[in-house]
Amino acid sequence: MQAAVKHSISKELMTGLFRDHKALISANDNPGLSDQREKAIRRFEELGFPTSKLETWKHTDLKESFEREYDVVMKPEQGVDVQKVFRCNIPHLDTAIMGQLNGWYVSKDVPLMELGNGIIMGSLAEAMKKYPALIAAHVGKYANFLTDSFTALNTAFFQDGVFIYVPDHIKSPKPVQIINVIDYNENLFLQSRNLIVLGENSRLSLVHCDDSYNHQPSFSNIVTEVRLGEHAFLDHYKLQNLNNSSTLVSSVYFQMETSSRLESHYISLNGGLLRNNIWLRFNGPHGKANIYGLYLMDRKQHIDNYIFVDHAFPDCTSNELFKGILDEHASGVFNGHVLVERNAVKTNAYQSNRNILLTETAKVNSKPFLEIYNDDVKCSHGSTTGQLDQDAMYYMRQRGIGEDSARMLLMYAYADEVISKIAVDPLRYRIEDMVKKRLQGELQICEACVLHCNTPENPVEFVIDMSKI
Amino acid sequence: MLLSIKNLHASINGEEILKGIDLSVDNGEVHAIMGPNGTGKSTLASVIAGREVFDVTGGEVMYKGKNLLKLAVEERAREGIFLGFQYPVEIPGVSITNFMRTAVNEVRKYKGLDPLSGGAFLRLMEEKKKLVELTSNLANRSVNEGFSGGEKKKNEIFQMAMMDPVLAILDETDSGLDIDALRVVANGVNKLRTKENAFIIITHYQRLLEYIVPDFVHVLFEGRIVKSGTRELALELEEKGYDWIRKEQER
Repeated sequence: MQAAVKHSISKELMTGLFRDHKALISANDNPGLSDQREKAIRRFEELGFPTSKLETWKHTDLKESFEREYDVVMKPEQGVDVQKVFRCNIPHLDTAIMGQLNGWYVSKDVPLMELGNGIIMGSLAEAMKKYPALIAAHVGKYANFLTDSFTALNTAFFQDGVFIYVPDHIKSPKPVQIINVIDYNENLFLQSRNLIVLGENSRLSLVHCDDSYNHQPSFSNIVTEVRLGEHAFLDHYKLQNLNNSSTLVSSVYFQMETSSRLESHYISLNGGLLRNNIWLRFNGPHGKANIYGLYLMDRKQHIDNYIFVDHAFPDCTSNELFKGILDEHASGVFNGHVLVERNAVKTNAYQSNRNILLTETAKVNSKPFLEIYNDDVKCSHGSTTGQLDQDAMYYMRQRGIGEDSARMLLMYAYADEVISKIAVDPLRYRIEDMVKKRLQGELQICEACVLHCNTPENPVEFVIDMSKI
Repeated sequence: MLLSIKNLHASINGEEILKGIDLSVDNGEVHAIMGPNGTGKSTLASVIAGREVFDVTGGEVMYKGKNLLKLAVEERAREGIFLGFQYPVEIPGVSITNFMRTAVNEVRKYKGLDPLSGGAFLRLMEEKKKLVELTSNLANRSVNEGFSGGEKKKNEIFQMAMMDPVLAILDETDSGLDIDALRVVANGVNKLRTKENAFIIITHYQRLLEYIVPDFVHVLFEGRIVKSGTRELALELEEKGYDWIRKEQER
């Protein structure tokens, strides 16, 4: 039997649920974490859910999302069809796949694996039991529940999620893919926590997909903590393809130690309301982070990318490039905040947000923001919002290219600036394919994740052959 | 008659630029249109190509016996009208290969032909590259992005070769070109000349006409064609300058 309550989401509901289920939630906790949950729920009570009165939530209204009634599930489903999550695979890209269904880790065989090279991957709940010291050293250390109420709530409630540990000096031989699927017959509210720890001088490619399999409403509050040890390198892909009734608040905390490197790609293709929080802290000198984003929204979809980069140490570089195409009544927010602290000399920080609005009813609020407390920095920020280049449209049409195709070529070219940053070839081809489908209005939510469910191997018939022949 | 323009008037933002143009171009002919800056040469090219920012306020344009003014920009292109731009547009992210492949195949589709396969298209591209002496590896770059002035113009000629137009209009393709680039452009045109197609060469200087020999030369002045003649007219213009036309008009 599931411990489920169906209700619209409110502060009172959540705090009540926490009190009622504290023992269940804390079953695998170390004492430190139990304490932290108490602090977090109190902080959540103080903060409440964010409203548009907050500067960081000014243009994203959660009211409609909260008013729906959801099941809040406290225990994993039994007897799930794991095959659903692992339905298919991508050719030419050999990945280790980790599945999550409705917030819970699911696996074909064992819930937690320790590979020969020392890499540990699997369920966070299992890892809390099996590697308590390792978990205690990291969980909750990077996700700050004092400032963000969703993180506070998640800290109080999380029970499971994905755990990946790459030991010092180990380079993961294959990309790891997290497929986070929502497939539930009722409206679902879920909170999961992922923890990804990269040891010193280690390396990982991580593809993280948020998908839905049906059109049922859902509300996900997902927190991911990522720690990059000294000289570690993470190639990170976040792919979002959720249904139009879904709300996703995804908060990723990157803690970057000395000389670590991050390449992060946020590709948002569908979703009712998507809020990506990206908190990045340079926790030592010489770090380098590139964060790219591409969002393609239409109908009444809404996306809000909030990025906070804390340059706390000298000689680090952060570079943000977020590009969006918004159609019909879609709306978007870019809120980038770069903080350069007093001692963070020789900082390089760049922010760029560009948007194309295809209709007069689509809108975007873009606010790149630099907060700098020393003189020895190179920083720039920029934001543009416009329509498709009319001169280019005319030029293409003069060569016989119809208006629709010309528009498609321009949109694709626009998106390609972000897609071309994807280093893993098969992954880039797949994402190119998905973006083409999306721009043509042919992407289904159930063919979601790149490496999965592209059944059958069915290349897109594109009028325009984009392959670099 | 391939193209027949009668008493064409056109304006932009309420300002009349073309004030009654008459021009007839037949298959196999090369016409040069000369004239001082700001007299409507580029406007005439744009109106034939179908650019929507210009309002045609009077007159008619017949092309292959059809009312050209009723066709959209892309339909005119598919019917064989090519405009070599004075200022070719940069399109970041779209490679010339993809651009041309899309263009060629959309025109083929309009004509009821199957699209060219990748291999056939590449062969066509190689052939045309050779024809217009396009030696650099422009094809893999984004359309016009970061090209020098000469590269952009050579690229226009390459595109013209690819599109194989019936009526090609070159809008000041020679402006800003050094003598080598000018020769490449002119050779391209000369190689593409047939009995079936026609060219309208818009130029400010006589220089290009040393390489491309026109059948007719027209002088456009204040929105009208005020003088027409043969190649000698171009030489006369070169010698006497546009002041000669101005003075004649004032009289």
